[in-house]
Amino acid sequence: MAAMGFTQDIAGTRYVFPDLRTLLARATPLRSGDALAGVAAESAAERIAAQRALADVPLGRFLNEAVIPYEADEVTRLIIDRHDAAPFAPVRSLTVGGFRDWLLAADPAAVTALAPGLTPEMAAAVSKIMRVADLIQVAAKCRVVTRFRNTIGLPGTLSIRLQPNHPTDDPRGIAASVLDGLLLGAGDAVIGVNPATDNVEAVMRVLEMLDTVRDRFDIPTQSCVLSHVTTTMLAMERGAPVDLVFQSIGGTEGVNTSFGVSLSVLKEAREMALALKRGTVGEDVMYFETGQGSALSADAHHGVDQQTIEARAYAVAREFSPLLVNTVVGFIGPEYLFDGKQILRAGLEDHFCGKLLGLPMGVDVCYTNHAEADQDDMDTLLTCLGVAGVTYVMGVPGADDVMLAYQSTSFHDGLTARAMLGKRAAPEFEAWLDRMGIGLDAERIPARLSPALIGLA
Amino acid sequence: MSTPSLWRDLRRFTDARVGLGRAGTAQPTSAHLDFQESHARARDAVWSSLDVAAMEAAVAPLGLPVVRVRSAVPDRRDYLLRPDLGRRLAEGTVLPRAPGSVVFVVADGLCAIGVQRHAPAVLERLVPALALPPGPVVIAEQARVALGDEIGEATGAAAVVMLIGERPGLSATDSLGLYITWAPRRGRTDADRNCISNVRPGGLSYDEAAAKTAWLLRAAQGLGATGVALKDEMPAGALPAP
Repeated sequence: MAAMGFTQDIAGTRYVFPDLRTLLARATPLRSGDALAGVAAESAAERIAAQRALADVPLGRFLNEAVIPYEADEVTRLIIDRHDAAPFAPVRSLTVGGFRDWLLAADPAAVTALAPGLTPEMAAAVSKIMRVADLIQVAAKCRVVTRFRNTIGLPGTLSIRLQPNHPTDDPRGIAASVLDGLLLGAGDAVIGVNPATDNVEAVMRVLEMLDTVRDRFDIPTQSCVLSHVTTTMLAMERGAPVDLVFQSIGGTEGVNTSFGVSLSVLKEAREMALALKRGTVGEDVMYFETGQGSALSADAHHGVDQQTIEARAYAVAREFSPLLVNTVVGFIGPEYLFDGKQILRAGLEDHFCGKLLGLPMGVDVCYTNHAEADQDDMDTLLTCLGVAGVTYVMGVPGADDVMLAYQSTSFHDGLTARAMLGKRAAPEFEAWLDRMGIGLDAERIPARLSPALIGLA
Repeated sequence: MSTPSLWRDLRRFTDARVGLGRAGTAQPTSAHLDFQESHARARDAVWSSLDVAAMEAAVAPLGLPVVRVRSAVPDRRDYLLRPDLGRRLAEGTVLPRAPGSVVFVVADGLCAIGVQRHAPAVLERLVPALALPPGPVVIAEQARVALGDEIGEATGAAAVVMLIGERPGLSATDSLGLYITWAPRRGRTDADRNCISNVRPGGLSYDEAAAKTAWLLRAAQGLGATGVALKDEMPAGALPAP
């Protein structure tokens, strides 16, 4: 059966949108990636026409009309097959516009309870008719708590991934950045290295080195080397100390194929990590990264706008009960998010959609040197995300990642956000910071964190 | 050296911005302004362009045919906004056939400085280490990585090695990346390639980059593929075959 299209009149012009996929794309606030894909609205009037028409769409329609066909895409099949009707019941009869009003008025428990009843497309749709303040306010109501060696996402906390990358994976270079981050209160989300190569021996060396640091200092946190999932599986087979399995994922089967993964590979990797039983307070063993634009980059977007596809990636993530998920919002470049304004909105959309779908959502608040953005834009996004209750952000020495050649948030930025917003580290980690005497002296390294213990001499 | 006891002592172990101290929770003024200066330099580097004549002269001693091409992108601003055009050759481009060879593409990418400085030195070490016959050196302007697929298809190459300028960072505005694609043709994805990044002084050396590329090409020839199917398991410290 052919689905009915949508029409909307604006100032004497009738706009016609043949299907839900097109309507979502035209309703999306402007960004360069949708223009590049040829799916963006051609005028501000067409965009508001699409937004008005979208506001009138019943949420139930999203269960009957897939933006990418069920038969063609395993992510669509996952979304439909896993939809849970009971938690959907409170909003089942609403339109997208009515859903926005409901979210703004509802209490945190009611918003949090919806997650298994929502599809990514519903979350994306409502985000498209929300302002920045709406995205912040509703996301702040969502409660998502995950556990491995500590407890992440409790109200009033802001965790930091310590990202001690080094251009050649030099163990002492990585160790120095780890220590620097610990001294600035970072590392409760994870100590996670992006390796310079995907060589399994090199990855295992970094895994062993991070595990040694964690063990010597007795840090209640988890480590991760962000290699390809198949490399991590090989490392696990060879006995490497793997806490978390990392993988970049996307919102279509095609983009995941371009990343060299599938749902079945992710399932197998998770089972391998669970079998290692390395968590002490929980069993959330997966870590995913996402980002708007990856599907277009892989030519696997099916005419769907980049923000809706990004939300679909969260359906992939939640299938595997991750400890951490973050969008790497400004990493992909200006052809997808052109400037600070587009990065700001996308970061808040991604955080909102991830949280609404029940994920422990963090954001890599970042930009590259070919984007029209700078530190001021990052300060603005970080502050907004902090108010929105972001689960974690990155901590990079001096905000400058010397391996990946982009700018993220610094250890200082994390500390500042915690101080400005009255946030704390994960409780187990905060107690450890106190035990170690961290934060008392701005020049000396506390004796208990002697660099000699981790090979720095 | 003695065990470090001061925070700033950590700086001797890495070029990362460690041991900056703090002003309240923020970075002190000098560290803040150092960062802003680096960003300003990187912004300017994005707009640098490849000196094609100088590159031709630098690769001439290899004794290989040298060809110039451009992508379908008209200018730098469009290069940033239209990566699709950066993956396609300009209309009317003619390339020599070099069936079964390894074709080298020397491309500006997101910053021409690194490729200008380092690509000739890597090629000088790589070409003699190859098991397959070397094909032409194609110098490409306003190019994305996947432009190598179309070049590989047009030349009939067994493999393409693309040497391309990486996105400039704050600490390094001269990083070179190498992408190796077996049986290149349009429609290949990043999962079909192997990548070696951060080639520059202070990063991966020319010798290591050339040895790793030669190793990957030999492994690709055995496997009939590059990408996720080809795991980089080159033993540490291995030298190129004599």
